[in-house]
Amino acid sequence: MKADIRVALVGNPNTGKSTLFNALTGLNQKIGNFPGVTVDKKVGFTQLPDGRRAEIIDLPGTYSLYPKSKDESIVFSILAEKTDGLSPDLVVVILDATNLKRNLLLYTQVADLKIPVIIALNMSDLAKKAGISINVNEIAKKLGVPVVPVSARKSEGITQLKDAISYANKVTLQQDTIDVKAIAPELIDAISKEIDSNNPYFALQLAHQHETLKFLTPQQSERIEELEQKFSFHSQKAQGAETIARYSFINDLLYDTVKTPETAQDESYSNKIDKILTHRVFGFIIFLGILLFMFQAIFAWSEYPMSLIESLFVWIQGGLRDILPAGPLADLLIDGVVAGLSGVMVFIPQIAILFAFISILEDTGYMARVTFMMDKIMRKVGLNGKSVVPLIGGFACAVPSIMSTRTIENWKDRMITIMVTPLVTCSARLPVYTLLIALVVPNRNIWWVFNLQGLALTGMYLLSLVSAVIVAWVFKFVLKARERGYFIMELPVYRMPRWNNVIYSMYERAKTFVLEAGKVIIAVSVILWVLSSYAPGDRFERIEKKYNQPEYTNNIKPADLERVVASQKLENSYAGILGHAIEPVIRPLGFDWKIGIALITSFAAREVFVGTMATIYSVDGDADRIESVQQKMRNAKNPQTGQPVFTLAVAFSLMMFYAFAMQCASTVAVVYRETKDWRWPAAQFAYMTVLAYAAAFLVYHLLK
Amino acid sequence: MTLSQLEIGETGIVKEFTDLEMSVKLMEMGCLPGEEIKVSRIAPLGDPIAIHVSGYQLSLRKFEASTIILQ
Repeated sequence: MKADIRVALVGNPNTGKSTLFNALTGLNQKIGNFPGVTVDKKVGFTQLPDGRRAEIIDLPGTYSLYPKSKDESIVFSILAEKTDGLSPDLVVVILDATNLKRNLLLYTQVADLKIPVIIALNMSDLAKKAGISINVNEIAKKLGVPVVPVSARKSEGITQLKDAISYANKVTLQQDTIDVKAIAPELIDAISKEIDSNNPYFALQLAHQHETLKFLTPQQSERIEELEQKFSFHSQKAQGAETIARYSFINDLLYDTVKTPETAQDESYSNKIDKILTHRVFGFIIFLGILLFMFQAIFAWSEYPMSLIESLFVWIQGGLRDILPAGPLADLLIDGVVAGLSGVMVFIPQIAILFAFISILEDTGYMARVTFMMDKIMRKVGLNGKSVVPLIGGFACAVPSIMSTRTIENWKDRMITIMVTPLVTCSARLPVYTLLIALVVPNRNIWWVFNLQGLALTGMYLLSLVSAVIVAWVFKFVLKARERGYFIMELPVYRMPRWNNVIYSMYERAKTFVLEAGKVIIAVSVILWVLSSYAPGDRFERIEKKYNQPEYTNNIKPADLERVVASQKLENSYAGILGHAIEPVIRPLGFDWKIGIALITSFAAREVFVGTMATIYSVDGDADRIESVQQKMRNAKNPQTGQPVFTLAVAFSLMMFYAFAMQCASTVAVVYRETKDWRWPAAQFAYMTVLAYAAAFLVYHLLK
Repeated sequence: MTLSQLEIGETGIVKEFTDLEMSVKLMEMGCLPGEEIKVSRIAPLGDPIAIHVSGYQLSLRKFEASTIILQ
């Protein structure tokens, strides 16, 4: 899709930038990646009143052009990079009218880059309510740019903003804000000459950021470094001087254009909520209550849509089987691709609901308070208040949670969070646990209220949190910090969640999950399908021949015979051979080769365990009927000893293995994507496998 | 006197910073010399703290607050 004009949205966090983006573009948006970095790039399109089509890029929220996190670092490089065709023709700076002073800092920086700019003054209605009077025309006149009051939540002023975008000039009109050159006169001149630019602020930004900017050649970057040495440029001192100069400009600007009452109303009602929500006792109780409600909801509300998706795929598989001519190609499509696709799609409800909650908690401002309350505890174990969100998200799925660690500015804190998030009990472990617990734990109550099976499940969830905390604490000593950690964070005023944003966030995350994780899961499903459907030599033919003899065909019902053949085939397939091959290794954990097959096939995704068990123990081929799988597993006997295979020890040993092992190809893929270094997922895979083996071994021998 | 020594509800005016790196970040967030700061709350576990500055609420750790010297 070609656009006639490219517009970038820039603003502080919590200014309603995303809401404005949604109001401008509607569902006409997509998420991609900025080239070379893993920062989500949100792009949408809108029709301007003059008939032109505008491409809107939503840049990550930032307080200044000097980046503090991975996401923020993209803002300057997009605005400055002229060569790759991503740089905007126009920048819309969104300012929160209730907090103009701090918001204007970013505006003055963007304005000094001399890109055409207009201001969207958001929440002007809230500012009015709080008794803040803003002389919009006077500000526009003083800055030399159009200022459009909007209310993104109520979709007010959007038409006017579109008008302003279409009338915007191709040339810059804004007044200079501060005397940039005064900060480092000789250096700015020298760099400007070096890169042939006539914009002093651009030159100054290069002096600060040249090491991380991709569009500079190594020679240019080195040359800038030399110049810095020559003129003894001190980056932090220069930044400090610049910030002070900018705030003094802003104070002058606001002096006779904005009148603020002594105490803003909004703040005081926010204060009252804070007194309860960050109370030293109620604060934690409320947080725990919200978490409990969240998990209840994730499981309860997703049950129906999940079974709907499952039956839809069963129906599709049945339909395809009827249409397609039988053969290996049909099998590959139905049992490999469609089955894999079903394994991905079935998680959409849980991911959507989790992100609905996260988005509501973030939107209302509560998440910032959680971070505020939890920082001290989290810091003790090497994490950070902001790690709470990914860890909670880990209960649903590690994939989106690891993606959400990008908000953690500190490199070490972020890495530790990524490393431990997959330990948290994700929803894919749930079917494995429920199957095994139902198998060995009696379904009765103790002390009237506590169901033993429920307690066992809760125990597994708690264990995952405890292990994540301990492993994080270990990593705290292993990893070296790259920069100092700090925790300077805005606590935004409480606001009602914007339901539009919640819906967009659900849709976006589900889409990202399907596209990112889906690829890997389907690929691995296909590989595993091949492994379990083919065998070396003529093994399959021999099995078929064997069971085709009258002694079997006459005495056994065809349906039963088919199942026996299927299970015999699986034992002799490549997967079965692998299962046998790893048996000596997993024997100390109490596992036999059949469980070995399940361990191998569930590498792609843990929940495949249930399906594999169904095939191995040759039930009706219907993996959804957990009861029937359970029955067969309960009856399974060890051929040598005649004892049941699934004893308490084996079942718990298996659960330990699933609790710790990195049985998730999508997580491996997303960790690589986020760290851009294979050593991270490799280290994670290694430590988790060791933990899994040790824990399973220990539990098996304790319970045996 | 530093910001970390203030109790809830007390105010002070920023004079200078003891840590250059931290000061750059604090100033960007509106904590500038001459600016009035009010401690609005302290986290349940005693750290971090929340302050009212430049018309909004900012949270920072006790250690970070100790780099801000008040008048």
